[in-house]
Amino acid sequence: MSDRILGVIGVALAAFYIWQATLIQESFMSDPVGPKTFPIIIGVILGLSSIYFIIKPDPEPQWASFGRTMEVLFAAAVLFGYAYALPIGGFVLTTAITAMFLSWRLGAGPVQAAIAGATISVGIYVLFGLVLGLSLARGPWGF
Amino acid sequence: MDALSSLADGFAVALTFQNLLLALLGCFLGTIFGALPGLGPSNGVAILIPLAFTLGLPATPALILLTSVYYGAMYGGRISSILLNIPGDEPALMTTLDGYPMAQQGKAGEALALSGIASFVGSFFATWGLVFLAPQLVKVALLFGPAEYFALFTLAFATLGGIASRNQAKAAFSAALGVGIAMIGVDAQTGVPRFAFGEVHLYDGIDFLVAIVGLFAVSEVFIFLEHRGEEAHAEGASKLVNRVTAPLSMLRKTAGTMGRSTVLGFLAGVLPGAGASLGSFIAYSVEKRVSDRKGTFGKGDPRGVAAPEAGNNAAAGGALVPMLALGVPGSGTTAVLLAMLLALNITPGPLLFQSNPDVVWGLIAALFIGNIILLIMNIPLVSLFVRVLLVPPKYLMPAVAMIAFVGVYGISGSTFDLVVMVLFGLSGWLLRKLDVPLVPVILGVLLGGQMEVNLRRELTISNGDWSALVDSWLSITLWGLAIVGFILPIIVGSFFRTNVGKGRSRESDDPD
Repeated sequence: MSDRILGVIGVALAAFYIWQATLIQESFMSDPVGPKTFPIIIGVILGLSSIYFIIKPDPEPQWASFGRTMEVLFAAAVLFGYAYALPIGGFVLTTAITAMFLSWRLGAGPVQAAIAGATISVGIYVLFGLVLGLSLARGPWGF
Repeated sequence: MDALSSLADGFAVALTFQNLLLALLGCFLGTIFGALPGLGPSNGVAILIPLAFTLGLPATPALILLTSVYYGAMYGGRISSILLNIPGDEPALMTTLDGYPMAQQGKAGEALALSGIASFVGSFFATWGLVFLAPQLVKVALLFGPAEYFALFTLAFATLGGIASRNQAKAAFSAALGVGIAMIGVDAQTGVPRFAFGEVHLYDGIDFLVAIVGLFAVSEVFIFLEHRGEEAHAEGASKLVNRVTAPLSMLRKTAGTMGRSTVLGFLAGVLPGAGASLGSFIAYSVEKRVSDRKGTFGKGDPRGVAAPEAGNNAAAGGALVPMLALGVPGSGTTAVLLAMLLALNITPGPLLFQSNPDVVWGLIAALFIGNIILLIMNIPLVSLFVRVLLVPPKYLMPAVAMIAFVGVYGISGSTFDLVVMVLFGLSGWLLRKLDVPLVPVILGVLLGGQMEVNLRRELTISNGDWSALVDSWLSITLWGLAIVGFILPIIVGSFFRTNVGKGRSRESDDPD
């Protein structure tokens, strides 16, 4: 069943892709192939392989339980949030919070997780920011 | 000998203080990445690429660092295979079969020493193979025109699913996905935007480094979150490691094994779509067939430890041949190394040997040096790495994720890239669940653009005549190989599947 859903999504994606490819503006000077043809070929391959999934799906994969799937999605949400907060809150603070969260969700106790988060954040800041001179996000207080 | 004098020049490049230091660092990190279950050569290298890039390392030092990581991971994988019965990375899977029984019989030290020596033999001779084979392949590749390149890229995609591929449609799907992503952005030939939906960030296309780190490193974090609490405990590791030496008689007994496995592993590495995992698998199964007369394989036979380790290290060297000579990688990790080269504006392939011989030969010389460093690190100092094994994933994976963010943020300083990276991480997690291989996606993102350029160049030359794609013997041969390579796994794949499948991990893994 999962493969069939993948197949349906794949066909939809391929159709969308090919449709978008036909909308590409041709410029007045073009090579014989043009910017549309190759994307359309790729879209066709994407569509054909997706149709194959619908006709002949593999055995059902082992999905995570509902709780664990939510866990993964929530972690992804936190990482998205981190991406947006990074330039605002600065590297050290936001990284410490994110690393703490991940460490906690991976099974560390709250105190352990807090220590791990702070250690990872400061460790990376010192190693990559101070020693190696990488540009890390600067918050209102410069780190 | 042309190759030998070039190699001597290479040593002059590699033997600078900075490059030696980077080789040392790379070997050390690589062994750790290999030893830690969950981090393998491809995600280890993937995390380091943006870092090496943002640190502004020039091409040769950056490549030395990353290939040392690659070689190091091949050594490191065996440590947890032997001590914990958990392969540290996929190529080390076969090492668990005889390595762990040896450890249970109290011979962990011998097993570690023997496998270290076998790793050394495998990669040492494979690096020699690289020295002599790569220039020969370059001679052929210099005859390639755009039509041949287009066929070669098709060959790479067709065979990337690998001989053990379970579902070729999924490999094709994944490659199309990757090439499709590569099309995003302004078309280089006509200057029109494609698939950008008016979003400014998409005009430049999607940075392949972002895709790679997302697919390989971030998705690994999600896998760990999903399987929290199920991982085997590493406590058993500290008990052993008495003296790490192998008796001379054991080495003598396994010398033939190492020789055979090195040759097989190297060949498996050179072939497209195979990589180190297949190298160790073939080496072990052939060795078992050749020399298992008393049925001792699987019960702690030293030859069963030497064979896969020599095999996977030899394959790692072999896999560099097509990557360097043709610019077409055959495995996950070499695809990631290709990304490094492209990020540095170096196009691998025949011209690399002519225009930047210092890069190629410096790299090869560094591999010889790295090998010796690794031998020293992995026998007397192995207990150091055993301690690293004890770091639980709940502290390790957050650090990995954060370093991935730092690297990608360092490239562009843009939140957009980070968001795209997490999106790739999520899709990578989903695709792995669905058994869709990730390496073709990466290769598609990397090579899709060049594939299209070659197609359009050929058709411009031929004035729009598509039959120009198959009008030389070279391109017909490449097309033929592509078709055979795509169909063959459907026929013989079941043989490999039943054998490799037994120990495969829960999610699909790609050939490293």
